[in-house]
Formats: sequence, structure tokens, C-alpha cells
Amino acid sequence: MLDIVEQERKKAERRLASTGIRVLVCAGTGCVANGSLEVIKKFEEFGLNVEKLPEHKDFTTVKTGCHGFCEKGVLVVIPDLDVTYVKVKKEDVEEIVRKHIYGGEVVERLLYVDPKTNKHIFRNEDIEFYSKQTRTSLCNCGNINPEELDEALCVGGYEALARVLEEQTPEEVIKTITDSGLRGRGGGGFPTGRKWQFTAMAQNDKKYVVCNGDEGDPGAFMDRSIMEGDPHKLIEGMAIAAYAIGADEGYIYVRAEYPMAIKRLRIAIKEAEERGYLGENILGSNMNFTIHIKEGAGAFVCGEETALLASIEGERGMPRPKPPFPANKGLFGKPTLINNVETFANVPLIIKNGAQWFRSFGTEKSAGTKTFALTGEVNNTGLIEVPMGTTLREIIFEIGGGIRNGKKFKAAQIGGPSGGCLTEEHLDLPMDYDSLIQAGAMVGSGGLVVMNEDTCIVEVARFFMHFTQVESCGKCVPCREGTKNMLAILEKIVRGKATMEDLDLLEELAHAVKDGSLCGLGKTAPNPVLSTLKYFRDEYIAHIRDKKCPAGVCSALKTIQIQEDLCKGCSKCARQCPVGAISGQIKSPYKIDQSKCIKCGVCVDTCPFKAIKEV
Amino acid sequence: MANNMETQKKTLFVDGCEVEFTNEKNLLQVIRKAGIEVPTFCYRPDLSQYGACRMCVVEVEGRGIQSSCTMPPEPGLKVHVNTERTRRIRKMVVELLLANHDRECTTCERSGDCELQFWANKLGIKHVRFGKKRESQYLPVDDTNPSIVRNPNKCILCGACVRACNEIQGLGIIDFANRGSKTVVAPAYNKHLGDVDCIFCGQCVAVCPVGALTIKSDVQNVWDEIVNPKKQVVCQIAPAVRVALGEAFGLEAGENSIGLIIAALKKIGFDKVFDTNFAADLTIMEEATEFVTRFKEGKNLPIFTSCCPAWVRFLENHHPDMLNHLSTCRSPQQMFGSLVKDVITKEEGISRDELVSVSIMPCTAKKAECKREEFYVDKNPDVDYVLTTHELISMIKEAGIDFNKLEPQSADSPYGLFTGAGTIFGASGGVAEAAARTAYEVVTGKKLEDVDIKAMRGANTFKSIELDLEGTKVKVVVVNTIKEAEEVLQKIKSGELECHILEVMACPGGCIGGGGQPISCSAPEKKLKRAAGLYDDDAHQKYRKSHDNPAIQELYKKWLEKPNSHKAHELLHTHYKNRFETSYKNV
Repeated sequence: MLDIVEQERKKAERRLASTGIRVLVCAGTGCVANGSLEVIKKFEEFGLNVEKLPEHKDFTTVKTGCHGFCEKGVLVVIPDLDVTYVKVKKEDVEEIVRKHIYGGEVVERLLYVDPKTNKHIFRNEDIEFYSKQTRTSLCNCGNINPEELDEALCVGGYEALARVLEEQTPEEVIKTITDSGLRGRGGGGFPTGRKWQFTAMAQNDKKYVVCNGDEGDPGAFMDRSIMEGDPHKLIEGMAIAAYAIGADEGYIYVRAEYPMAIKRLRIAIKEAEERGYLGENILGSNMNFTIHIKEGAGAFVCGEETALLASIEGERGMPRPKPPFPANKGLFGKPTLINNVETFANVPLIIKNGAQWFRSFGTEKSAGTKTFALTGEVNNTGLIEVPMGTTLREIIFEIGGGIRNGKKFKAAQIGGPSGGCLTEEHLDLPMDYDSLIQAGAMVGSGGLVVMNEDTCIVEVARFFMHFTQVESCGKCVPCREGTKNMLAILEKIVRGKATMEDLDLLEELAHAVKDGSLCGLGKTAPNPVLSTLKYFRDEYIAHIRDKKCPAGVCSALKTIQIQEDLCKGCSKCARQCPVGAISGQIKSPYKIDQSKCIKCGVCVDTCPFKAIKEV
Repeated sequence: MANNMETQKKTLFVDGCEVEFTNEKNLLQVIRKAGIEVPTFCYRPDLSQYGACRMCVVEVEGRGIQSSCTMPPEPGLKVHVNTERTRRIRKMVVELLLANHDRECTTCERSGDCELQFWANKLGIKHVRFGKKRESQYLPVDDTNPSIVRNPNKCILCGACVRACNEIQGLGIIDFANRGSKTVVAPAYNKHLGDVDCIFCGQCVAVCPVGALTIKSDVQNVWDEIVNPKKQVVCQIAPAVRVALGEAFGLEAGENSIGLIIAALKKIGFDKVFDTNFAADLTIMEEATEFVTRFKEGKNLPIFTSCCPAWVRFLENHHPDMLNHLSTCRSPQQMFGSLVKDVITKEEGISRDELVSVSIMPCTAKKAECKREEFYVDKNPDVDYVLTTHELISMIKEAGIDFNKLEPQSADSPYGLFTGAGTIFGASGGVAEAAARTAYEVVTGKKLEDVDIKAMRGANTFKSIELDLEGTKVKVVVVNTIKEAEEVLQKIKSGELECHILEVMACPGGCIGGGGQPISCSAPEKKLKRAAGLYDDDAHQKYRKSHDNPAIQELYKKWLEKPNSHKAHELLHTHYKNRFETSYKNV
């Protein structure tokens, strides 16, 4: 079986080598939103129409998955000179073709500018955003055309599957995964090898492998990037898992909001089936494995594994109590292995390079690398992959290029609405499963939102609580009613209407919801509140006792004042005020009636003398 | 060896005490066995385990906090029921539910037997610290259904009704809609409960722990008629009522309190009290004759019983192509109503309007049945009001009657006389057994000595019996719950199952488990006791075959000639309506 894959790979390499210079244009969701499809079209037109001299090199436009540096999209990578062009528009294409491809000269103005040095970066490896990363599960994203199996073969696709089918018993495969120390990348961090072991041990003639691609954390998109950019790696990982546990059918549960991921997965599954990498008698072996795609209808809770299974079964997506665990009684009552996209994507790499290789990254208890979606107030936002145990400082200040506009770092919310807040004291904390849990946060799916000094932490807690409250399935009482009442108290606090008793009640309720809820959504929903209460209690108290928002964000707690010494009495503010709260005599200082003021801030923006301030 | 292992004593520890367990499905049962009453809202032993209310949480060493209703017992587990954390969770759950609850308790239908009220009281919840629901957040009460009132403001979303409708009846008329704190239990597309395929069985009401689903009450209407001097009010009592009503007054389930019930009804002011058992005997006369005719002609077999209005409604909604199988006999309630309004008005020379006919039923669907247009004559219904067992209990309480101190009375003649065959109508299998007793004698012309057909009894949802009528084989299938009935119908349609008689009762165990009975959901064994009470009554009757009932014989002589006569057809038979189109147009 290895020889089949080897032959096919060589064939694919020969075919791709004959197509000339590769121009990798990102067609991930972010870049598509920035117009990458138009850029691609333009490149393709050039390939056909431009007057071409004999000495002009051939080139192929490759529509790739996400490169990760979404903020700078549209990204165009041309490996022959090892450069990345950022923020490329369709108007720039002609210059790239003529100057770079035909002329062999870099188009400097389209290069990335380092925010620290303000200089153009010529070589990819010098871009700090990339150079500080260790991209393994994302290694092919951005480098191959996800819609062609040949491209995946050229980067070693399906080699691991062929190897296990030819050389290894299911037990050996499970042992490798166990030895690698891989833990679930979807949030909980359960040891993957053990999960496989449990499902393998369950006695049943029908078993399922399910891939959880219901990535729902606000701002997280690592799973989407893999599904869009390297679908064959996911398929290969699932097939290896199916071999290990004895399953012949699999499901990929993808949110319907990921149409591009769904499309590319469908293409990949179809081609894999046609060419014998999926379906019956895979690579001539006696293994059968088919994969279906189930589109989720956009419920966050369906990322919880039992709710996800219920949803595949056509039921309302509501979690079921565990035990029984899916490993014993899962999809349609059969033993089922559920892993997250990123977890499966790591599998072929571990099989190919060995458990020790995987352990060479990360920490002892959290091996390997982890992808994070870095967003918020950092200079470089995007998708990154770093070894487990990398510190927050490295991520924010090296890869992320520091806080935007020279502001001060205040906190980072990790793990989305289920995670917690990390503060300055955690900047040197190694980011691994156990350290984060100890700090009251969690790796979660890997969303990382960086906040600066202008962020109101109570408002952040309120935001996440609003999210979980809306996304609660409504089944168990602590989550359904508890999150609602936690949100109500938080709203009272940001409106300046809360008492200190409310704060105590909030904390008491948060613990009850955490302890009492049925599923992971409810159990983790209070985390943002509890962790911010732990590190920023003063800020809560300022809202309650002093009726002040220290970050100046909560509008209900602001007062708008006219500074008499600066006011010239021009009356412009009074004319703009929508509620008639400002009055006065021309040429003498105006006054704001605070009982009427709705704190909309129009006057602040209007005043030509900067005499009006929010306090 | 393996056997040894199985019979070996299995134990676990509940708050430090070793407790033995055998077949308990979950920790909750083991803990209750140990003498600790763990609170629950969503747990119903005869429905699937749901684990949503979180009231039954316990701490299990090494496993953390678990809902005991969903966790299977394992040997050696160390379970702690009342820890600081579990107590805090329980109290918080009740407080949160109360915060979202319409707390007009004093005027609530369920005040006094509301589980939320009960546990709020027991757990000592003295005040609710969370904001109260605003008037504007209240949802409208849905009273469009003839039998059931749905008040979403009382709902605690335990999902018992959803599971009952789905798992017992296989209908799924109500389900969860919306998400998070906006979740409600409602029919599809938020339609009214009166506009969907509800069969009015009331099983949802029977499992509701609070006042979210209640029986549509006719109590006030009946009081109004009783105090009206121009009206004569008569009533009939269904078989299953007598073995259940006493539960509300401290009697054992299954204890036959018919004498006390009649006395209570008289005290309340009913002019005449009759027994539906009489009409059950009449039903047998008509239905057995109808069956024998069909059997001889080989037409429209199997014959489906038509006593259960929920079943009739289901067939009309979902299988109109099989309506020809339904016996044309009216249900005992409607036979009685029709007879009373026809015969008594003639005998006493009063108009139909002056005679009010009330029936006391274990059933909520009967309320809908009496409103069917076929059962009206000159715009006047044969049965004016249906009171469920539950409603009669509240009337007895309202009247301040000390039930247990009543002097038992007997029903008024002539429609108070019945046979044991009539009484067993209240349990699943009873109609078929009663019919078999009569059919045997009609077909063979011989006297049946041993009248007990035990194979037709018991709590199973499906029973199949082959009767040997002296060489003539008659296959009878007895079914309860609509979920089971649907499966049987599919098998009949496919030819997989053949039979001559199909008895269907919509409620689990038959009418004894009806939606109008005292709430029995938390104790399914009560249903068995009620059934035993009926069979006991049967065994002690002088007459045990419907055709032996002298009052029935008299009735035919005086008014109806013979079974299935023209007059009998006019008063005692009916027709059905294809409701498939209308029911699907709704969706």
C-alpha cells in the first residue's frame, strides 16, 4: 500500500512540476472577504492573455487555504523568491506578474512592514508573525490547493494511512497515539490515546468516528482553516482512527456557517473515494471507511459532543448526561469516537514522524503544538500555531507584534466564552492545559482575545455571559436560568445599579452554575466571571460602589462635562444635543443638565475647542 | 462461576452506609431505597432519564457531581447525598425556578400538590433573590384544547410532558422550542394545542410536576347545574374511577370505593347516580354482536374497539383508511349519555335541556369526545359535562365532605346494575375479555364456565391471545399506548400480524392510568394495584357476563328490541370522520 501512495505521489509531483512558478493566493474565508477571488481571477487571466515573450516563465495560480495572517489579506505567497505580498488588490496583480514573475524582481511596496522597525520584510522567515511559530498541523495550509488530492500527495498525504494499513495493528496505532501524549484540541484536553482505547475496547459490530468541526467560539477559526486549507489531512486522520478503533463509517459535523469548508471537504471526500483512499477496500486493504458531512444549524452547544451526536441523529441539539460515554453508547447508540478537527489533523503527523517527534514539542503533560486564533488589540492578528507551553508574552509581543498604538496590555481572554481571563501576572505562564486550568482559564478551542487598558473587564464578562446565555440549550436549570440571572446582575453592574449584595449573589450563583450544570457549556460558562472577579474585583467594586467605570467604557457610568475655562460659548453643542440637555448664554460657558443627558457623546465630538469631556 | 458472580451481593455506600442493590436502574433508586428522599423534578421512572433539573445531584467520590437519576449504580461507589455543594446546587435550582415562575400559588390548580411548591417549602427557600418576571414577559395561556390547558408561565421545562407524548404515545405533539432562557414547550410552529393532532389523552398532564399543564375544569359548570332548580342532574361513574379516587383520601390504590363515591355525589347534589359499567355491558352486547356478524361475513376484520376516544381520534388523524375496522359502537360514556337523554326524558316527560348528564371519568379525552357533533341531538349533547377523577376529588374537597366517614350507597336503578364484565373495562384487556365471554356463548351456544382469561390481563403494552371457541379460532390482540398501537397497525397493514379483534387503550395500563386520574406518575405500581382492584370487583360479582345482566335484558325488551337493531343503531352506534386532511393542513 505504501508503494501505491509512493507511485501516486511521484506522478503528482511530475505533473505539478511542469506547471511553472507557483503563485499561492490565499482563498481562506478571510482573504476571500478581502477580494482574493478577484485577485486569483486576475492572475489566471494574465496566465492566458498577457503577451508573453519566450523568456517569460510559466506560472500557475494556486488557490490555497488560510495562511493565518488574515489581517494582512489578500496574501500572495510566491515561494520561488520566498516572499509574501500583503494586502494585495486586483490592481496589483499586473505588477506582480510583470516585475516578479517575469522580471524576477520583488515588488517591494507590497511587502509586509514590521511594526517595530517600520521596514519592509523581504524573506518570509523574517516575518516575526511566522518565524516564531511552529506550524505542524497547519503546515500545508496556505501551501497547497486543498481542492486537489495530488497536491496533498506531494506533501506526504496518505502516507501515514498506508503505513498503518500495511505495517501496524490497531493496537500499535493506539499505542503510538497514547505515547505521543496528544490531548484533545477541542477544549477539554482529554488524552486522545485513551479515548481511542476506550472506543476500541467497546464490543460492537458497528462503530463510528465523528469529527467535531462545530467551531463556535467567537473569533476562533483554527478548525475552519484546516478544513478549508488541508482537508485531506483531516480525512486521513479520521481514517487512521477508524482503523484503530474498528469503525467503518464517519461523520464530519461542520457548522453551516462554514460553506467553504463544507465545499472543500465534499470535494476532498469525493476525490479520495474515487482514488481509493476512502470507501471500500482502501488502498487495496480490507478496510472500509466512508465519511458523511453533517451540516450543523448554528447552535454553539452542538460543539458539546453528546449534543452534537443528538444533532446528527436529527434530534434537538441538547446534551445528554454522561455516563454513558460516547465511547460506549454514542451515535445511534453505537460506540463512537469523537475528536476535534485539529486533533485528527495531528494524527497523520504523529504516525509519520513518531510519538517522540511529537513529544519534542510542548511540555511534558501537554505535548505538541496548539493553534490559537489571535485577535483583539495586537498588531498582528491571525491564526498561529505554537508549541504548547509557549508563554503569553511570546505570543502577544513577538508573534502578535505587541499591543496596537503603543497601549498597555491589560488582559487576555483565552478559550472563548468557556475560558477565563489572564492578566499581566500570567504573561510568563506556559500556555498548556494544566497551567491554564490552574489559572482559572482553559485552552478551550484556542481563541485568544487580547485587551488593552481601554477595555472594561466587567463589560467583557458581560459580553461573554450574554453569549453563553443566548447559546444555552435551555435543558438544565443551572445553565438556563443561572446564566440568565448572572447576565442580569452583570447588566445591573455596568449600569451602575448593583449593590454589593448583588456581587455576592453573582459569585454564589457562578459557583452553583459551574457545579450544577449538565454539560460543559454550563460548567464553564461562569469562567469569565469567576476569573475576572478573581483578578479584577476592584473594577467590579468601582462600578458598584463608586459608580465609575475605570476604563471609561460603560456609558451609563460616564458623565459628560463642559470645562468652563475652555468653553467659548459658541452654542454648537447645544444645537447638536439630541435631547436638549445643554443650555447657556452665547459667549459664556454652557452647562449640561445631567438628568437629561443620555451620554451619546455627540457634544464631545462637536465641540471645536475640545472643551467637553467624558469623565 | 459466572452465575455466582451475578448472584453475588452488590453494594455501594450512601453517606457512609452500605446499601445493597440489584436491578436498580440508577443511583437515585438505590439512594431512595436507603431511606433518603432525593428531590427530583424531571425524573419519571417510566420515562427516559433526562438529567435536566439537577435536583438529584450527589457527589460521587472520584466522579465529582453527578445527577443520580442518570448514573448507573456500581459496586463500591461512595455516594454523598447531602454535601455543602449538592445542597447549594439544589437550593439554587429551586430559587432560580421560582424566580422564573408565575408565583400566584394560591390560585394555582396544582396548589397543594405542586412539586415545586413542595420542595421550595422542604428546602426552606424563604425568599427569592433574583428579579421577578415582569408582567410583560408573561406568555399567553393556551386554553384552545378541549381537555388540556397549557400555562407556559408555570412551566419549569422538566420535559416530562415532551417525553410522555413522545415515548408513551409516539406522537410528539409538544416539544421544546427556542433556546436558552427563551425555551418553551409548545406544539410545532407555536400553534395552539387546540389546532394540532393532540388526541387529548392527558398523559402530559399526568406527568407535569407543576401547574403548567392542567385539566380543563368543568367543576364550576357542574356546580351551576346542580344548584339550578330547573335542572335534573344525573351522572355516570366509569369503572376505573372507583379504584383510584380514594387515593386522594388516604385509601390504598386499588381499593374499591364506589359506595363512598356514590354517597359523595349524592351529597354534592346529583339527582341520580348511575354506573358506566352498565353501559359497558351494553357495549359488549352491541360490539360482540357486531363482531360475530363481521366474523361470519369475513368483513372489516380485525374489528377495532372504539371505547377509547383518544385512540379513535388518533385513527381519524393518522389512519383514516382503517376507519372501517373501528367498531361502530359508541363508547360506554356516549351510549350511556344517549340512553339517559332518550329514555329518562321520555319516562319523566322532561325536555333534553332540563336533563343534565354528567360523567365521572378517569379520562381527559372524554371531554373532547362528548363535544363531537355526532353526539348532539337538537343541539343538545348526550353528555353535557365530563368530570375527571381529579375534578371530582376537588369537588368533594370543596364541599367539605369527609369522604371516609360517608355511608356507602348503591347506584340508582335501573342503570346501576352491572356485571363483572363491565367493571374490567377499566383495565387494558378488559374490553376484549368481556367481549370474549359473550362472543363465546353467542358463537358456540354453550355456557362458558371459566370466565377468567388471564392472558389478556397485565401491564404489558402488547398481548396476543388465541381463543378457541370450540374449534373456531379467534385471535385477539390487546394493546395499550398509542406508540404500541401504531406499531401494531403497521404490522396489520403489512400483513405481518393477523388478528380478528384489536383492543386499544391509549393510556398505559388502560383507563386506570388515564390522564384524569390522581397523579400516579411517580408510582407506576399504583396502576397495577388499581387493575387488581377491578379484577377483584369482577371476581366478586354475581353476574360476570354482560348478556347475563338482567337490566340489560330488560332494556332490550322494553326499548331496543335486540342488539344491532335499528333502534340500537340509532342510539348506540356512530360514524367516524377522516381528519387526516384537516390535521395535515394545519402543518
